[in-house]
Amino acid sequence: MKHGSAIIGLGVATFLVLLAAGFTYDAAFASHMWVLFFVLLISVVVLLRRTTFEPAPVINRSAYMDEPIRYGVIATMFWAVVGLLVGVVVALQLAYPELNIEPWFNFGRMRPLHTSGVIFAFCGNALLATSFYVVQRTSRARLFGGDLVWFVFWGYQLFIVMAATGYLLGITEAREYAEPEWYVDLWLTIVWVAYLVVFLGTILKREEPHIYVANWFYLSFIVTVAMLHVVNNLSMPVSLLGTKSYSAFSGVQDALTQWWYGHNAVGFFLTAGFLGMMYYFVPKQANRPVYSYRLSIIHFWALIFLYIWAGPHHLHFTALPDWAQTLGMVFSIMLWMPSWGGMINGLMTLSGAWDKLRTDPIIRMMVAAIAFYGMSTFEGPMMSIKTVNSLSHYTDWTIGHVHSGALGWNGLIAFAALYYMVPKLWNRERLYSMRMVSWHFWCATLGIVIYAAVMWVAGIQQGLMWREHDEQGFLVYSFVESVAALHPYYLIRALGGGLYLTGALIMAWNVAMTILGYQRDEEPIGGAIPAMQPAE
Amino acid sequence: MDYHIMRTFADSWGLLAMLLFFIGASIFAFRPGSKVLSDEAARIPLKDD
Repeated sequence: MKHGSAIIGLGVATFLVLLAAGFTYDAAFASHMWVLFFVLLISVVVLLRRTTFEPAPVINRSAYMDEPIRYGVIATMFWAVVGLLVGVVVALQLAYPELNIEPWFNFGRMRPLHTSGVIFAFCGNALLATSFYVVQRTSRARLFGGDLVWFVFWGYQLFIVMAATGYLLGITEAREYAEPEWYVDLWLTIVWVAYLVVFLGTILKREEPHIYVANWFYLSFIVTVAMLHVVNNLSMPVSLLGTKSYSAFSGVQDALTQWWYGHNAVGFFLTAGFLGMMYYFVPKQANRPVYSYRLSIIHFWALIFLYIWAGPHHLHFTALPDWAQTLGMVFSIMLWMPSWGGMINGLMTLSGAWDKLRTDPIIRMMVAAIAFYGMSTFEGPMMSIKTVNSLSHYTDWTIGHVHSGALGWNGLIAFAALYYMVPKLWNRERLYSMRMVSWHFWCATLGIVIYAAVMWVAGIQQGLMWREHDEQGFLVYSFVESVAALHPYYLIRALGGGLYLTGALIMAWNVAMTILGYQRDEEPIGGAIPAMQPAE
Repeated sequence: MDYHIMRTFADSWGLLAMLLFFIGASIFAFRPGSKVLSDEAARIPLKDD
């Protein structure tokens, strides 16, 4: 029976969840379990409708396992649109407080929905899909684990759904980027270990003797995120049938654990994993090997050794011991070197192929992504310097910095990787439209530039207003005056975000039409190639 | 094993071990004869689809 064990497992789980919903004393937990109940019930029904009793078709063990990657690509595109849309909504909520619809859709609940939506749902699915794509092709081996790959994909989607619905129901640990409560954390741990087994198993059975550097970056991302997730979420649930749990740490230790996690989520989820993408897809799209393979090895080890210490710069001027703050600052500044080494390595891969910038919007997108990586990894260490931080901390400058990294680096490199993979995965000759890729590129780039620039102005103004005092030492502005002053900037920020979302919508259309097998009738970029004329 | 022991270990032997590992990895990457091997490794993604 096809899907037999999945149907039985999910059926039992559905029943247990129903029991949990019935026996709990906690109203929020009951609501969350009802959500889970219906998700699982629908999954069981779908699987029952798709099951057959015919003997299973023979699987070609030598072919790559690409079906989960196709699902992953579609999931990435879907969550990108959702996450970015929620981002535009929360931007508007800041500008127009009337848009806070109590209780489910107020800013406090929508903001983690946005951050987790873009980081874990969009970027996470991009990492799943590209890592499975890259590890098979650079190891020349089929994914290890068979149906375990499907468990990783669907298990991760279930984590996203549970996290997102939990936020809207008001269930939160209030740990930044790790808001889901203990039972969702446990589920993610199981899925993540399965992910590690699939990835490591594929590397172990590789046909290629050398492990390509992209896989080093992906593996470090998977291993480190496992460690970060487990330590940061060490907590004691109040009861088995309730949402609430208490952290194993207290006070400043808890704060440091959170930012050790938070900063390395940026360092390993959004940097190491995405560098894996860069080291595979940029050489592929440019059709030339990476500029310096030996530099990429140094890049890897330097990044691994330095990143893990930089977290304390999120806690400047707090109860954290001074030496720890300084340590975080120093390591952040040292991070400049590996970051820029990697950036130069990525950009120089194009040396000798710079003309492709004019004709290939996907290459253009990759170059812009790497450029934004360079810019945000310059800005980050600068902001971690205590004197700069005393102005920038808690202001919108930080928000601008994060978005130049997330929208510029993560968004653009993930989009470019998707544009590269989609025609290959669905056996299409080319994308539906290259001109639409160009439109996407310009909408996105303009959106980021507007966003980052306006947040610099807003953040610095905010920081200066907070510290402005008169000759007697009294503060000149009340807090609410600084809030009111930001209104125009918040409107422009929403415009920048809206432009970025527009680009993603153009992409969604382009990807959907490519999958459906259409090709737009259009002139190639750079104009038609002039026909060669023999000399007369 | 209290906090101070761990702290002292981290900024003495731990730091030294990591530094030596990093220097070792760097020397290994640039050892004589690695150029040919790494140029080969860099071509892995371009081999097939």
